[in-house]
Amino acid sequence: MSSAPVIEIQDLRKTYRVGQVDVPALRGVDLAVQPGEFLSIVGPSGSGKSTLFHIIGGLTPPTSGKVRIMDQDLASLSDAGRTRLRRRTVGFVFQKFNLLPNLTARDNIAVARYLGGGSQKADPQFDEILRLLGISQRLGHKPNALSGGEQQRIAIARAVVNRPAILLADEPTGNLDTANSKAVLEILRDLNQRTGQTILMITHNTEAAAYGHSTVHMRDGQIVQRTGA
Amino acid sequence: MIAKLVLENLKHRPVRSLLSVLLIAGPVTLILSLVGLTHGMSEDTQRRQRGAGADIVVRGSTASSALTFSGASVPEGLTGAIEKQPHVRMAMGVINHNVELPLVVTGIDMQAFNQFTGGFTYLAGHGLEADNDILLDRYVAQQKKAEVGSSVKVLNQMWHVAGIIETGKLVRMAVKLHILQELDAARGKVTQIYVKVDDPANIPTVVPELKALLPSYSVETMAELIAAFDFNRIQGVSAFTTVIVVLGVVFGLIVVCLSMYMAVLQRTREIGILKAIGAGKTFILEIILLEALVMGIGGTILGILMSYVAYGLIRALVPASLTIIIVTSWWPIVGGITMVGAALGSLYPGWNAASHDAIEALSYE
Ligand SMILES: Nc1ncnc2c1ncn2[C@@H]1O[C@H](COP(=O)(O)OP(=O)(O)OP(=O)(O)O)[C@@H](O)[C@H]1O
Ligand SMILES: [Mg+2]
Repeated sequence: MSSAPVIEIQDLRKTYRVGQVDVPALRGVDLAVQPGEFLSIVGPSGSGKSTLFHIIGGLTPPTSGKVRIMDQDLASLSDAGRTRLRRRTVGFVFQKFNLLPNLTARDNIAVARYLGGGSQKADPQFDEILRLLGISQRLGHKPNALSGGEQQRIAIARAVVNRPAILLADEPTGNLDTANSKAVLEILRDLNQRTGQTILMITHNTEAAAYGHSTVHMRDGQIVQRTGA
Repeated sequence: MIAKLVLENLKHRPVRSLLSVLLIAGPVTLILSLVGLTHGMSEDTQRRQRGAGADIVVRGSTASSALTFSGASVPEGLTGAIEKQPHVRMAMGVINHNVELPLVVTGIDMQAFNQFTGGFTYLAGHGLEADNDILLDRYVAQQKKAEVGSSVKVLNQMWHVAGIIETGKLVRMAVKLHILQELDAARGKVTQIYVKVDDPANIPTVVPELKALLPSYSVETMAELIAAFDFNRIQGVSAFTTVIVVLGVVFGLIVVCLSMYMAVLQRTREIGILKAIGAGKTFILEIILLEALVMGIGGTILGILMSYVAYGLIRALVPASLTIIIVTSWWPIVGGITMVGAALGSLYPGWNAASHDAIEALSYE
């Protein structure tokens, strides 16, 4: 794959200000991600992995540096532009699932589809994904009636319902047991292989990291190593 | 989709939703009851004054306010002089004494009163015979739990209830004219003289004549007097109403604001999730506004229902002192006030929530 990268980051820095203290979270990150890539990101706690995702997803602005997502410069985007980015270009999966507790699984997915401007009509390709996720039978339930593994699969379905160019998964298996972790990881790999979904996944687990094509190692707000293809 | 989110939110926390609706309903009931009271009191007084069947009223010149039409400064003897005027058919003096505002006991001459007004409708008992006899209208009787033959204490005297009368004919409580005059140390004086003319068309000619005859007294047509009994036109009362309505609005506004603020705080995380999946500021703001409006509508409806409860209570407990009516024309007004309040009250927390950083929300445990 030699087409233009979906993500292109140069000398990205992010400093949080907590009271009077500056907390540097990212100190010069360079990264390029090709379309269809499945990239694992590992690193000790506090090394800035989540911060990197939040910037890519437009949830928080960078302090300095250049970030291009699908040939769009993040710095040039307004608040509305970043909202649009999250609607159509980037999908999030979190460690704590983050489903809306008041809504059924089906409605959780429907809200995301509505926000993405997608029609509420049948979508055979998405139905295929639901089958892949194995949750077609559980759509009528609210999150608290679903197991962790099921909730995470709903969250994945919600993240990809608008066919985002990039799927960002922040420790998607962090709250799951071994069997469910394996199921979720296999789903991500399937998704990547069958639909060419670009995936970035943060994990603490080296076994999980092995599902990706390559692994990026972070430490103290910098990428220190990239292994694999 | 927004409607669904709002509905599920409200359903998800039924206690908070109900509490908020109840808190909004409070000021609605307050305002409606107050409006019902001022309208009811005015109407009731006006109806009773009309029930006298008089055309013109002569009062002491100091009797400036319609509310405090107590005291006796008009010589009884003027009645005869007034009756000699052309076109005047009858004149009748009565004496009023405030008991417990707005209740008034009226001293009447039974015979003159019957001639002038056509007499009371007796629900029980008979007219004034003995000197310690008293007549009560049905609401006073109900409020004082009195019946014919029982004793009631009014003006520090024990009175014997001779009859219960239908309401709406000038008086709520009546005793003999000369008895009340003695009690008030006002022998030969009355509070006001009601005048009946032969033809309503002659009222405009009689009034100036009486004014010329009685330069130091106040001569008004019944229509003028009745208009003055409109509580909403009495300065102190309308100011009071305004204060209560404003208080109700401010209170309602604070309630909505706090309630929405609470709702937003409880939902910081959900708002963060919505933002992460692509909800913009407008979307979040719309959800919160709509939720506030739904609660505003609920609060208005509940407030209207509760005003019926207030109505029932007042009718059951103090029917004579307070007259309350349901003023439906105020429903849309109160509804509008509540809606504006709900919208304004939710705007700040809503805007706050919408501009909140999604990251903080998502890391919020
Ligand atoms: N909203 C914030 N405000 C202030 N400081 C923050 C905020 N988010 C993160 N940080 C700080 O930035 C640094 C990087 O945090 P980040 O969450 O990106 O690390 P991480 O690699 O995801 O860690 P973990 O593995 O524990 O999730 C940490 O020192 C953290 O305390
Ligand atoms: Mg993290």
